[in-house]
Amino acid sequence: MNIVTCIKQVPDTSEVKIDRETNTLIREGVPSIINPFDLNAIEEGLLLRERFGGSVTVISMGPPQVETALREALSLGVDRAVLLCDRAFAGSDTLATSYTLAVGIKKIDFDLILCGKQAIDGDTAQVGPEIAEWLDIPHLTYVSHLNEVSPAAITVSRLLEGGYEQASASLPALLTVVKELNEPRLPSYRASLRAKIQPVTVWGAADLDLDAGRIGIQGSPTKVTRSFVPELERQGQFLAGSPEEQAKALIAALQSARIIHGCS
Amino acid sequence: MNYFLTPEQELIQQIARRFARERVAPASAALDEKSEFPRQLLGVLAKTDLCGVYIPEEYGGLGGGMFAFCLVVEEISRVDSGVAICFAGTGLGTIPILLFGTEEQKSKYLPGVAAGKTIGAFALTEANAGSDSFAQETTAEKDGDYYVLNGTKQWITNGGEADVYTVIAVTNRAKGARGVSALIVEKGTPGFSFGKKENKMGIRSSSTVGLVFNNCRVPKENLLAREGMGLIVVGRTLDQSRPGVGAQAVGIAQGALDQAVKFARHRVQFRQPIIQFQAIQHILADMATQTEAARALVYSVARAIDSGAKGVSKAAAMAKVFASDVAMKVTTDAVQVMGGAGYMKDYPVERMMRDAKITQIYEGTNQIQRNIIAAELIKERDEW
Repeated sequence: MNIVTCIKQVPDTSEVKIDRETNTLIREGVPSIINPFDLNAIEEGLLLRERFGGSVTVISMGPPQVETALREALSLGVDRAVLLCDRAFAGSDTLATSYTLAVGIKKIDFDLILCGKQAIDGDTAQVGPEIAEWLDIPHLTYVSHLNEVSPAAITVSRLLEGGYEQASASLPALLTVVKELNEPRLPSYRASLRAKIQPVTVWGAADLDLDAGRIGIQGSPTKVTRSFVPELERQGQFLAGSPEEQAKALIAALQSARIIHGCS
Repeated sequence: MNYFLTPEQELIQQIARRFARERVAPASAALDEKSEFPRQLLGVLAKTDLCGVYIPEEYGGLGGGMFAFCLVVEEISRVDSGVAICFAGTGLGTIPILLFGTEEQKSKYLPGVAAGKTIGAFALTEANAGSDSFAQETTAEKDGDYYVLNGTKQWITNGGEADVYTVIAVTNRAKGARGVSALIVEKGTPGFSFGKKENKMGIRSSSTVGLVFNNCRVPKENLLAREGMGLIVVGRTLDQSRPGVGAQAVGIAQGALDQAVKFARHRVQFRQPIIQFQAIQHILADMATQTEAARALVYSVARAIDSGAKGVSKAAAMAKVFASDVAMKVTTDAVQVMGGAGYMKDYPVERMMRDAKITQIYEGTNQIQRNIIAAELIKERDEW
C-alpha cells in the first residue's frame, strides 16, 4: 500500500508569544516542529506499511527550512520526502496550498493520503479535505481508529463532538487524523542515520503542472485583514445561601446554559 | 564534561534521552507505585533500534559495544532506573551468549534480542548462593541428549518476563567449582516455572522473581562453552556487565542532582532561592563532582572493554563500587537539599534514593567488589 502523508512545519505554539502591537505570532527564536497531528498521520502510515508493505512518502509545501521537518520525518522511518518549494508559492492561503499539494501528490503513486486534522498555527482544518476535492477522491476527517483496511476500501471511526461515527470510503482516499489514533514513535537509530544523507526531492513551480493563477498570493481568495486577541470580559455571578442552595442554583445555571443535561 | 563521543554515540545518547524524557517520565510514578513491568515502553524502545546497541551488526545489532550500552542505561536511569534495568537485565542475560556462544546459539538468540523481541535474564543467585556464588545447589544432570535441571533460583531480574535465561547449575558436584556449567533455558520449557514476584524497596518496575526447575529437560545444544566452565562464564560476564551497573548508578545520581538543582533554584527561604546559600552550594558541588568522577570511571572502563583490554576485573569492580556508592550518597543528599518536599512522593528523588540502594548490592555486593579489587592488588607484581 503506497501512502502519502502531508506535513506542515509550524512554530511550537506552546512556547509562543503574541506581539501586542501587530497582534501576530512572534516567530523569531521559536523552535519549529512538525505539526503534532501530522506525527499521528506519519505513524499510521508507518503502521500500515508494517501490515501491508509498500511505501510511505511525506510531502510538504514551504520555504527551504521545511527540509528539517522532512528530515525529521525520514528519521521516523518514512521512505521518501518531497518538498514543494518556490517563491511563487509564498503567501498561499489554504486553497492555494491545497491546490499546490494536490498537484504535487498527483506525481506520486498513492493508495491513501494521510493528514493531521489541522495545523496548530492556522487551525483551519481545511487543507486536507481541499486536497481530496482537488484530487476528486473521497475523504474522511477526524479519524480516531482504522477498523478495516483492504486494498479497495477503508472503514474508520471518526471522533466527533457527540461520539464516534463509523464511515467507509473506497480507495484511493484521504484521511485527516486525530491524536487518539495512535502513539507516534520516536526516531530510530538506523532511520536517523539515513535521514542525514538521504536526498529530499524538491519540486519548484517549473517541476509541477500548475495553473499560475491558482498558486501563491494570486491563488489565495482569503485575505487576512486583521488579527487580534479578543477582549474577554469576566462576568462573575455570586451564588448565596447554604451549600445545598448554592449547589441547586449552580446546577440550574449550568442546565440553562446547556452545559449539563438534566434531571433536577 | 565532554567525553568526545562519536556522532553515532551522540545519536544513541539523544534517542535514549528522548525515550526517557518523553515516554518513560510520564509513566514512572505509576510503574513504581504498582510495581508494574514496563512492557509497552520496552516495545517503544525496540522500535528505536536501541535494544541492539551492544549486539554485533552481523546479528542485527548496532555494534556499539559496552560503551553504547552504558550510554543507553545511563540516559534511561536518569529518569527511571527500574525501566533501565529491564533493558540492562537482558544485556546481562545475553552477554554470556555473546562471549561464549557457538555460531548456532548466537544466530538463534541474538537477533531477537537486537530487535527488542526477546527479553533475557541471568540466573545465578540462589537462596544459599548469594555472595558465595560458588555454593550452587541447582543441578543439571546429563541424560542422553538433554540436561535435566532441578533446583531454584532466587531474585532473578526480568524473571517471569524474560524469554531466554542463562542459568548456572552444577553438572558435576565431585569437581567442585570446576563442575558448574552455564545453560540457556527458554521460558515455556516443561518443568520450568516461576516463584512469586518480589515486593521491592526500589527499581519496582523491574520484575524480580524466583525460578523453579523440576526435572526440566534442556537440549544439550543449549550448553554454553563447555561443562565445568560455568564460573568462568559468570566471571567474564560480570566483568563486562559491571560498568553497566555503574552506568545505571551514574544515571540515578545525575537525575537526582538535576532535580535538586532545579528545586534549589526556585525554593525561596529567608527571602532568597536556597541555592544562594553556601551550605546548599557545597552539597550540590560535591554531588556534581562525585557524579562526574563516577561517569569518567565508568566510561573509561567501558571503552577499555570495547578495545579488547584483557584483565578488566579490577577496573570493572572499581566502576561498579564507586558509582553505586556515589549514587547512594547523591540521592540521599538530593532528598536533603529538597527537604520535606524531597521526602514526598510528589517528587521523584525519594524513588531515586530507593532505587539507588540496589546498585550497591546486586551484580556482586560492594563488599565483594572490594574483595576483587584487593585480590588484584595482591596479585599484581611490584613494579617499583
